[in-house]
Amino acid sequence: MTINVTFEEAMSELEEIVLKLENGNLSLDESIELFQRGIELSKICSKKLDDAERKITILTQNKDGSFDETPFLDEGE
Amino acid sequence: MQKPILTVSEVNRYIKGILDTNVILSSVIMRGEISNYKNHYSGHMYFTLKDDTSSIKSVMFKSACVNLKFEPRDGMKVIVQGRVSVFERDGNYQMYIDDMQPDGIGSLHLAFEQLKARLELEGLFDSTRKIKIPSVPNAIGIVTSPTGAAVKDMLNVLSRRFYNIKVVVFPVQVQGEGSSQQIASAIDTFNKLKNVDVIIVGRGGGSIEELWAFNEEIVARSISRSKIPIISAVGHETDYTISDFVADLRAPTPSAAAELAVLNKSDIQAMLDNLFFRLKMAVQAEIEQKKSKLERQLLSSSFKYPLDSIYKYRLELDLFNKGILKDIGHQIDNKCQLFKQLVAKLNALSPLNILQRGYCISKDGYRIIKSVSQVNIGDKVQLQYFDGYADCTIVNIDKGELS
Repeated sequence: MTINVTFEEAMSELEEIVLKLENGNLSLDESIELFQRGIELSKICSKKLDDAERKITILTQNKDGSFDETPFLDEGE
Repeated sequence: MQKPILTVSEVNRYIKGILDTNVILSSVIMRGEISNYKNHYSGHMYFTLKDDTSSIKSVMFKSACVNLKFEPRDGMKVIVQGRVSVFERDGNYQMYIDDMQPDGIGSLHLAFEQLKARLELEGLFDSTRKIKIPSVPNAIGIVTSPTGAAVKDMLNVLSRRFYNIKVVVFPVQVQGEGSSQQIASAIDTFNKLKNVDVIIVGRGGGSIEELWAFNEEIVARSISRSKIPIISAVGHETDYTISDFVADLRAPTPSAAAELAVLNKSDIQAMLDNLFFRLKMAVQAEIEQKKSKLERQLLSSSFKYPLDSIYKYRLELDLFNKGILKDIGHQIDNKCQLFKQLVAKLNALSPLNILQRGYCISKDGYRIIKSVSQVNIGDKVQLQYFDGYADCTIVNIDKGELS
């Protein structure tokens, strides 16, 4: 799992940016900069929502003590 | 016949024989209150059981204590099972206890209360220790039985709310011998592998004995140790286990746990879309505002006629200049006037003027003759006219002022 920022953090930062922009009182340069960061964060969040590969696995322990993930098959399937 | 004389040991042995073979005393269930409790270093427990009027010495050997789920204390009311026999050496009869249960409340319940109190005192239940559950975890771990309805329910709920979330199941026994060790070990393993960022620990409904693994200290400790947040989901709504208190979040059922573990995907998507929309709107509004501000500036007169201010200054300067010139003009005129006047005056006073009128200056050498008494007949006199001079000789003198 090498994801630098959690979904929470990204959403929270995005919300902050939106509030700052809605309040106005920013220079045009600042607004553009925040906007770009906002788009970036939006993309990150979307990616996290869509990217996750649907995987249900079961952990099994090998003889040497290490663990493996294998697909979880429901009893009924 | 004479009564036989017996030794002390013989008497004691005899009494022991009577008690050991007595139907009632060789297997008795008794209720009493513990006092003078001593837990000997050998592991055997010595105490007195009493009621309102009497007491009996009691002992519970280490081998029987091992199965005790709770810790006996002075004042505790218990029901004990065992036999009454004699300690021959001292000539004491006492109760030899094989099993002890708390009187009035089950031993399991008592053990539960005792562990709960102890862990609470240590601070394991403190809300400040609880870790926040991520709303969109990268992967969810489940510690539960791989068979059974609980795991199916959880997987269903998770799929429904967030179809593409990753789930890792760690199969364990959820009751019986070794189950608590397995559960604790599963939690520790997830923490070591760090392959999930929230763990659901749970099982379906059952009796207090069946749920007992989740009340064990070893499980409570591993939950408390876990750096990954844990949702406990044991049994039904009304079942509360120690795990529930130690966990970072308690779910009333396994299905509820799945719902707590992840937000509904469409809800999150909607939130994200909304933020994105607001982001665009906000920037657009900002740009519009700055744009109209700029336009207003462009329309302003100082922008359209930038030279206006220069013209204004030029005008002022001109007027100023005119003013100055006028002033100077006046001054010069005045001076001219004065000059003319002076020249006129000068002219009037000029001897040349006088000469032109017919007067002449008579000189005797360089001396100007002003009076007739200054000359004699026969003197040579020079007459100065405005345009020259004439030499003369005086021929006649006639004294007499002009009137």
